[in-house]
Amino acid sequence: MKLEFKIIADLIEKNTRVLDVGCGDGTLMEFLRDNKKIDVRGIEISQNNVQKCIGKGLTVIEGDAEKDLSQFPDASFDFVILSQTLQAFLNPEKVISELLRVGKKAIVTIPNFGYWKVRLHLLIKGTMPITRTLPDEWFNTPNIHMCTIKDFFNFCYSRKINLYKSIALQNLKSSEINKSNLKFKNLSAVLGIFLIEK
Amino acid sequence: MNKNVKFKTITIDKPLKLDCGETINNFNLAYETYGILNEKKDNAILVFHALTGDQFVSGINPITKKDGWWSYAVGPDKAIDTNKYFIICANVIGGCMGSFGPSDTDPKTNKVYGTNFPVITINDMVNAQFNLLNFFNIQKLFAVMGGSMGGMQVLQFVSNFPDKAKIAIPIACTSSHSAQNIAFNELGRQSIMADSNWLNGDYSNQNNNPDKGLSVARMAAHITYLSKNGLQEKFGRKLQERDDLKFSFDADFQIESYLRYQGSVFVDRFDANSYLYITRAMDYFDLAKKYNGNLSKAFEKTKTRFLVVSFTSDWLYPTSENKEIVIALNAIGADVGFVEIDSDKGHDSFLLNVPKFLETLKGYINTSYLKN
Repeated sequence: MKLEFKIIADLIEKNTRVLDVGCGDGTLMEFLRDNKKIDVRGIEISQNNVQKCIGKGLTVIEGDAEKDLSQFPDASFDFVILSQTLQAFLNPEKVISELLRVGKKAIVTIPNFGYWKVRLHLLIKGTMPITRTLPDEWFNTPNIHMCTIKDFFNFCYSRKINLYKSIALQNLKSSEINKSNLKFKNLSAVLGIFLIEK
Repeated sequence: MNKNVKFKTITIDKPLKLDCGETINNFNLAYETYGILNEKKDNAILVFHALTGDQFVSGINPITKKDGWWSYAVGPDKAIDTNKYFIICANVIGGCMGSFGPSDTDPKTNKVYGTNFPVITINDMVNAQFNLLNFFNIQKLFAVMGGSMGGMQVLQFVSNFPDKAKIAIPIACTSSHSAQNIAFNELGRQSIMADSNWLNGDYSNQNNNPDKGLSVARMAAHITYLSKNGLQEKFGRKLQERDDLKFSFDADFQIESYLRYQGSVFVDRFDANSYLYITRAMDYFDLAKKYNGNLSKAFEKTKTRFLVVSFTSDWLYPTSENKEIVIALNAIGADVGFVEIDSDKGHDSFLLNVPKFLETLKGYINTSYLKN
């Protein structure tokens, strides 16, 4: 399992209720279910992935997080996970507020557009950056709302969202982000992982 | 109807109060089982059949001499594996395959019930079949499942008996019959009633049954089970064993011939009055009615895990109606999965060889059985 999922799993307490938004083929869900006794549910837009998840006995509903989160009651989950999909939504702000309505806490991960390779690509080549975490061309990328770790920090600050924990991921290393190292982490991290609370 | 075949039946001696107010006693339920009930009795699956289905889920149906209605799904190593699970299916009350129905003789009058048979509901069907648990000495079923009207029974079962099934799989169904559903059923009933042989349901002593009416009812219903694309692909404007149009009202087109055939074989195995009663039960189905329209309340007490399945080309019980069940269950934090399967085979997809559906079903059932 990839490091991102291990870090997410470590942020989640045992015997809790978790919703994985955009759960893909259910890899993280399976890990949480089997290792942490977590009552985990998923929502996934791809029919193919939903079939895979259900075939594994996971509780997943086929749906679009932008519309279908509304069916869950307030605070019905201890944690809601959104892994690397925030940037693909039409209205990320609304999605974040839904995550924080449905979950007592939310774990959001974002590919960092402030990563130095991304910046350098645009600076030197003058074309839209393509990296391992952002492999698509500008015309076919699902990522329509890219942001940096710093952007997400500012967003949480302006919306009075409590940043419980911020973790920077750089290849196989993870480190905590705080106000004093934000500038540096925004340059060095490939991925940002945030535990947030309203 | 079907008097020559001996069905496996149990007689329910516990009185059952029907929704219409009448109470029935000592009534028969005809059933079939597949696989073996294990010692722990935790591998039983109760399958509910659809409008024109019966207890012969798999294997050869002794009446039609064809494969059972869910042969693609139920059998050794299939999605519902008879090597692992004990599958029970009973003919619904109101039916014509050995369970208490309108072609039975009323002991009070010594005449066939016909339309003197009480109007039954999905709730009545489920309550009648609940007696099977007692009969097989099963505390809790592993699963309840079924498509179409079978799915409605699944929903009703969990609502009535919230702790009697570990998992529930309602497929291609609805929690409330829509105006369009009722309209199509009414078309079928009026077609039967318009047949001069129907005689207000009192045709059992006559030489002729209302076959024409029943056959037209089946033809109309059959169209609703398929999709426009599916029909177009299979039949298009292809002609039936002829090179050109005959300028007559013969079955020029293959689709006409196909529908006529479907109608004609149906009357050999189905009773017209049963068709009236069962379609009526479906029309009366509205699970949320008792709870002032709040469907979630119907499932409030349950710990049963649900998997709701719909099909893209099903316009009779479309995805939107299946999703309403999912939404109601999520609103109370119930354990519910949902998938819409891509298929151009229409409502009938659940009965047919749709590999994506069968694989998903198999995985879900097998992993759920192992999970505590």
